[in-house]
Amino acid sequence: MQIVERSAFPVLCEALQRRGYELVGPTLRDGAIVYDRLASADDLPIGWTDAQEAGTYRLARRSDRALFGYAVGPHSWKKYFLPPALRLWRAERREGGFDVVAGDDEPPQLALIGVRSCELHAIAIQDKVFVEGACVDPYYRAQRDRVFILAVNCGVAGGTCFCASMNTGPKATFGFDLALTEVLEGDRHTFAVEVGTARGEEVLREVSSTVATAGERAAADAVVARTAASMGRRLDTTDIKQLLYDNLDHPRWDEVAARCLTCANCTMACPTCFCTTVEDVTDLSGDHAERWRTWDSCFTMDFSHLRGVGSVRSSSKARYRQWMTHKLATWIDQFGVSGCVGCGRCITWCPVGIDITEEVRAIREGTG
Amino acid sequence: MTSPDGQPSPNPYIPSLADIVEKRRETRGTYTYRLRLRNEATRRAFRFRPGQFNMVYAFGAGEVPISIVSDPDESESLDHTIRVVGSVTGVLDRLGPGDMVGLRGPYGSWWPLEEVRGKDVVLVTGGLGCAPVVAVINYIVRRRDAYGTLKILHGIKTPRDLVFRERFRAWARHPNTEVYLTVDRPDRTWRYHVGMVTNLFSQVRIDPARSVVMMCGPEVMMRYAVRSLLANGMPADGVFLSMERNMKCAVGFCGHCQLGPEFVCKDGPIFRYDRIRRWFEHPDV
Repeated sequence: MQIVERSAFPVLCEALQRRGYELVGPTLRDGAIVYDRLASADDLPIGWTDAQEAGTYRLARRSDRALFGYAVGPHSWKKYFLPPALRLWRAERREGGFDVVAGDDEPPQLALIGVRSCELHAIAIQDKVFVEGACVDPYYRAQRDRVFILAVNCGVAGGTCFCASMNTGPKATFGFDLALTEVLEGDRHTFAVEVGTARGEEVLREVSSTVATAGERAAADAVVARTAASMGRRLDTTDIKQLLYDNLDHPRWDEVAARCLTCANCTMACPTCFCTTVEDVTDLSGDHAERWRTWDSCFTMDFSHLRGVGSVRSSSKARYRQWMTHKLATWIDQFGVSGCVGCGRCITWCPVGIDITEEVRAIREGTG
Repeated sequence: MTSPDGQPSPNPYIPSLADIVEKRRETRGTYTYRLRLRNEATRRAFRFRPGQFNMVYAFGAGEVPISIVSDPDESESLDHTIRVVGSVTGVLDRLGPGDMVGLRGPYGSWWPLEEVRGKDVVLVTGGLGCAPVVAVINYIVRRRDAYGTLKILHGIKTPRDLVFRERFRAWARHPNTEVYLTVDRPDRTWRYHVGMVTNLFSQVRIDPARSVVMMCGPEVMMRYAVRSLLANGMPADGVFLSMERNMKCAVGFCGHCQLGPEFVCKDGPIFRYDRIRRWFEHPDV
């Protein structure tokens, strides 16, 4: 473990830019901390934090100048790997038929700044969907292969966070090039840096750092321990697959459906939700066609529409049950892991404050 | 990643080009298209099994999943029976020999035709969605000695909905083949059974020990049929269903076709009943 002073943090960013990476990371916009392009480390939400509860998100000033002193916002990194809208290919009519041409633009090299542990897990989960199965999504993989990941161990737990109970955080344990712990003690502002890859080590070498002392290590560990101890929520995952499989008819589904607006916010904010739809478009001449892929949600009626049948899941009860049962149970059968990383976004960004941890608790407690 | 006229594309989203070489009318609004992949290497490499499907693309309109009904040993062309019901099939309706479509596939699981050699095969179908079992019928009549009795139970709403009318007559003439047709609402010309397809079970002898059942059609029909078959001693692992779900990608990415933990596009569309029982019994999971 190395120690980098706060004053040297911009050097780290510049080292990445010199290697051809564009910086993307947390920044203030529209009253929230979102992920976007960063011109430099100055674009980070320095000195800001957030207060999150079910259905509530508010920015607030910190008493210090921390760079990463907040929890996750409404965006997740999936927007880079699985863009909200992507042209899959275009087709041109010609004599005797048409030609199809894939989108072959090479994606940019991105340095993801401030990836949290829950998000590393989310990325690993989407990797299972798009690159580790029998079929590989070439667009996802192209961007996935061109990122540098600068992880940050969480210094604060949000009010809706429950990664500790999902075993997905708050400390980054894999999937990063470099991982930082931001330590603010009195006048000192430093980063304890762990190296994940040779590439990460190379970048770190361009930044002045010192070997961490036992005290500095302990201080970094204490930050993570404090965060883990102050999680806003927890979810008991004991036998959760069987719990949900056995309770498809639990009365709680009716109860939550009465509150759920089926607005799809949870699926948009979720870092693992991967469902998409396609749209075929033509220009006015009719000679040029394109196929676009856009994010979709199992909360829409159209999602499961079958001609002659209608929506397979026409009730909001059926749609909420599908979402939660998929996330926490059928996902395990499909991909060997839970689809939930405990980031809390679905709780914070639910307009009526539906809390997945509370829904699981209600089903668990209402079951003999 | 370029033209599908090149080698088989590593990009699963890119359709291969296929010519419509023949278009045959089955009934009003239902046609069988004979498609031939334009690229020779793609055509040679294309191998499928009965029950699998292709995504058929109509220029500018979109894709639809369509079961392949031709024989798997016939590699030069691929038959797809399409009912004109929506925007994409509406565009396909206007196409004919000389026109071109896009093709991705083959996708999905297949009927266990190799595994059930020697057995009686009972096909239960309903409505207009019987194409997946047509693939089975075509397969078995060409290999008649390899199977026991073939019993085809087909239920439709009205006599006018009978797709493959001529073929049903032809199949009935095959040795060791029984065809049972039933309609909900008969007209004066109807010479066969009346009532739901499940009513036929009382008239058709099915020996659970030496039979396998394959079905496709409306889910509500299959739900009643499975219930009735199981009540009459048919084991759950002897019943196979072809499921239908909304589908956009056919490769397990879009999420639309989920049925519990199963992706109908890649784990299905053919499922052994015991594998999906928990989910199938819930009409809206």
